[in-house]
Amino acid sequence: MILPIDLLLLLFLLIVGTAALLVRDLLAAIVLAGAYSFIMANVWLQLGATDVAFTEAAVGAGASTALFMACLSRVPRWEKE
Amino acid sequence: MTPERRVYKRDVIIDVTAKLMFPLTLLFGLYVMIGTGGTGGGFQGGTILATAFILYITVFGTKTGREKMPESTNTFFSSFGLFLYNGAGWLAVLFTFGAAQWLNMSAFWPVADYVGTAGARSFLVSYMVSVGIGLTVMASFVSQYFDLAWKEEDEMEEGGEG
Repeated sequence: MILPIDLLLLLFLLIVGTAALLVRDLLAAIVLAGAYSFIMANVWLQLGATDVAFTEAAVGAGASTALFMACLSRVPRWEKE
Repeated sequence: MTPERRVYKRDVIIDVTAKLMFPLTLLFGLYVMIGTGGTGGGFQGGTILATAFILYITVFGTKTGREKMPESTNTFFSSFGLFLYNGAGWLAVLFTFGAAQWLNMSAFWPVADYVGTAGARSFLVSYMVSVGIGLTVMASFVSQYFDLAWKEEDEMEEGGEG
């Protein structure tokens, strides 16, 4: 565990998570959720759980982003005001 | 709120990248399933295999993707993976005539005579159990993606932003 990298990753997590909540464009929200998953995989790696990091990168950033995209093709892209 | 209409042209960069990455991603998924010693395993490798198919379907459309991964092949893989996993469990029972329990890999004598019990266990777990889990996970993910992304003919005319 390297403390500065940990703090930087947690800061990124906060920024990306807040942005995914606040953004109006749902496509951008999905991409931000994928970025959140990748940073979370790095956090797992920092904690020494390589298996969990692997699963997070494959499922969270790869598969679930693709499934969200497929859902988005059926709903309007912009959130209602 | 009007959905924006945009005509999507086929882009050569996206086509070539998807075609290049498809076999490499499949190879990497296989490596994660059976190659690595500690990390990785059936679920992770299967998800990576599914991601390769999802990339192909996203780029070339559901019709072309169905030709690559037909419904029958999907069903075959999802049941064949379960068959492999279950078969690896029952092999241990069969080869010891019921003395060992289900999935007790160290009792698998044809391989254990050559590489030892621990070797036989890791051999069977990585080559049969992991591959079985991976195939089932891949087929399930691809099937889910098809269910979500597939659009019927009348739906296409109606519009939306597919």
